[in-house]
Amino acid sequence: MNQVMIDTGNYIAAKAAVMCKPDVVAAYPITPQTTLVEGIANYQGKGEFKGEYICVESEHSAMAACIGASATGVRTFTGTSSHGLLLMHEMLHWAALARLPVVMCNINRVVGPGWNIWTDENDSISQRDTGWIQFYCSSNQEIFDTIIQAFKIGEHQKVSLPVMISYNAFILSHTSMPVYVPDQKEIDAFLPKRKPLWYLDPNNPITFGNIILPAEYEKVRFDMQKSQYYCKKLIPEISKEWKEKFGRFHGDLLEYYKCENVEYILLSMGAIGAESKVAIDNLRKQGLKIGLARVRTFRPFPQEEILKLSKNADLIIIDRNISPGMEGAVFSEIKASLYGKSDAKVYGYIAGLGGKDVTFGDIEKMCKKAIDGKTKHLEWYGLEGV
Amino acid sequence: MVEVKTAEELNKKFLREGMWPTIFCNGCGHGVVLEYTFWALEELGWDMDKTMFASGIGCSSRLPGYINADGLHTTHGRAIAFATGIKAADPDFNVIVFTGDGDCAGIGGNHFIHAARRNIDMTVIMINNFIYGMTGGQLAPTAPLGSIATTAPYGNIEHPFDICELAKALGANYVARWPVSHPYQPIKSIKEGLQKKGFSLLEFLAPCPTAYGRRNKLGDIKKHWAWYDDNTILIEDYDKIMKYGSVKEKEEVKDKMQIGVFQDIQKPGFFELYDQLMERLKVEENKKREGKK
Repeated sequence: MNQVMIDTGNYIAAKAAVMCKPDVVAAYPITPQTTLVEGIANYQGKGEFKGEYICVESEHSAMAACIGASATGVRTFTGTSSHGLLLMHEMLHWAALARLPVVMCNINRVVGPGWNIWTDENDSISQRDTGWIQFYCSSNQEIFDTIIQAFKIGEHQKVSLPVMISYNAFILSHTSMPVYVPDQKEIDAFLPKRKPLWYLDPNNPITFGNIILPAEYEKVRFDMQKSQYYCKKLIPEISKEWKEKFGRFHGDLLEYYKCENVEYILLSMGAIGAESKVAIDNLRKQGLKIGLARVRTFRPFPQEEILKLSKNADLIIIDRNISPGMEGAVFSEIKASLYGKSDAKVYGYIAGLGGKDVTFGDIEKMCKKAIDGKTKHLEWYGLEGV
Repeated sequence: MVEVKTAEELNKKFLREGMWPTIFCNGCGHGVVLEYTFWALEELGWDMDKTMFASGIGCSSRLPGYINADGLHTTHGRAIAFATGIKAADPDFNVIVFTGDGDCAGIGGNHFIHAARRNIDMTVIMINNFIYGMTGGQLAPTAPLGSIATTAPYGNIEHPFDICELAKALGANYVARWPVSHPYQPIKSIKEGLQKKGFSLLEFLAPCPTAYGRRNKLGDIKKHWAWYDDNTILIEDYDKIMKYGSVKEKEEVKDKMQIGVFQDIQKPGFFELYDQLMERLKVEENKKREGKK
């Protein structure tokens, strides 16, 4: 039986994580992640979370502890944000190359200096090449559902990769929404115990992280790439299974919203993706043929799906991040996906950096300007005083 | 130069008024430590254009932002590493680091250890409030056993870090600890620490009524200050009791935090030795060249 819980993104994430029954959670506080791990500690106090909770002395140690635990074959979870994620960087590579399916929430927060606790995506975008599967959520329900699916995806024996679930600071992390929470039994049936192919076991000794020669190392990288590509098949399957069992669907690699009979497609991630739906409704009322494809997975990147969309429509992309010296990360990936295979026009916007609000009105303006042919290849929206 | 006589004049001289109000809660000890530092700087007559402040993350690390001088607000735990860079770039700068218990003894512990070991010429002012105040009250590594924190709801079972004993063992030139409830000794110690060549550590026990006090029945600031009186002992008194006291007296003081000056020595600092090394190598190089001629 479904129960409705009204709570903030962080507390919803805590509930989801605890329902997945991780054996070890290791965390270090950072605004705006703090209430997520506090929530888990609270469930431990109530006896609902039966795993080990480790308070460590830095985020680097938090991820190291999760890696150590995960190597013994158990389920691990953690959460962080911004500089915490950056401090973990070395360990992110390690978790992925050691093929350990740690699941982590990253609450997208600005990187300093200047110090700022609001949201943009530069923290997680800059972890692009670590090998982690990356999801971006646009509602508390999606956070809940994605965390549970993430364990199943990461722990799949053909994947064995860590998964990062990103959502926007304060806009989602500290905002309450109603969320359907299934019964523990149903979740247990959906997500069985982790069954790793190899793990630290005194009866059958193996060593993780040994020295490895060039030819073998290249195979390790190739294998990782194969697993990331396999996720492009697996994520839709698991989303479908979730839909059949629980009746909810947030899209798979992409979420399509009114994408039939269109001349333009808007692409965005995270909370801007949710706001974009309102903008799309309004623009369609004005007779514009535009739809939304919200990017849910940044890694693996939905190249083929976006290429398909570009066959009938021009693309407008809003990035809440910037790769200095180049452009928005999603914009770059999309152009790379289309190269030599599509004639679609592509327009990129940078918007909402440093936590600046991006409303549906802003999104409508950006889309209209592009449709009117007045947008340059790449534009910064709402930049003042430059 | 205008002579400063009152706290108001002192604030006018050293503070950036545009940054007011501060983020600090009622009863917080950070402002007190800042004022002690200002009095020390005023009495020494230091040129603020030659003084730089560095800090990491946490409440203590907001202090440089309020001071009318150059400041570097850096990442969590790394202030001492950044400060080492400042000092290396120009050893003529006076470098002061404001840090907290979480920043210095927790996430940044390694930088602290090695700066003290190398005897880098800087003054580290660690404000110890036993708690991560800014993120909402997580247990800090300096918190006494039994402390209640959001991450220790049933009482702390981790042994606290005695950062002064650590600095002493590492051979820092000047090490002192005072509660903020002592009005004069801190200013004297800050002055001594600032003037000292090499590494100085000044630890201040400062209340955090919001995140620590409330949870530990010390929310009333008077109680918090009284706690310092009841739970600290001067190093000299402690030593005397441990040498000559009765069993009962020893039992009474054994768990108290010692306060006072832990170490006051004059080992050469890193940059002093570095200059000597350069001189020696230059002489050797010149000798070699002359030999070739």
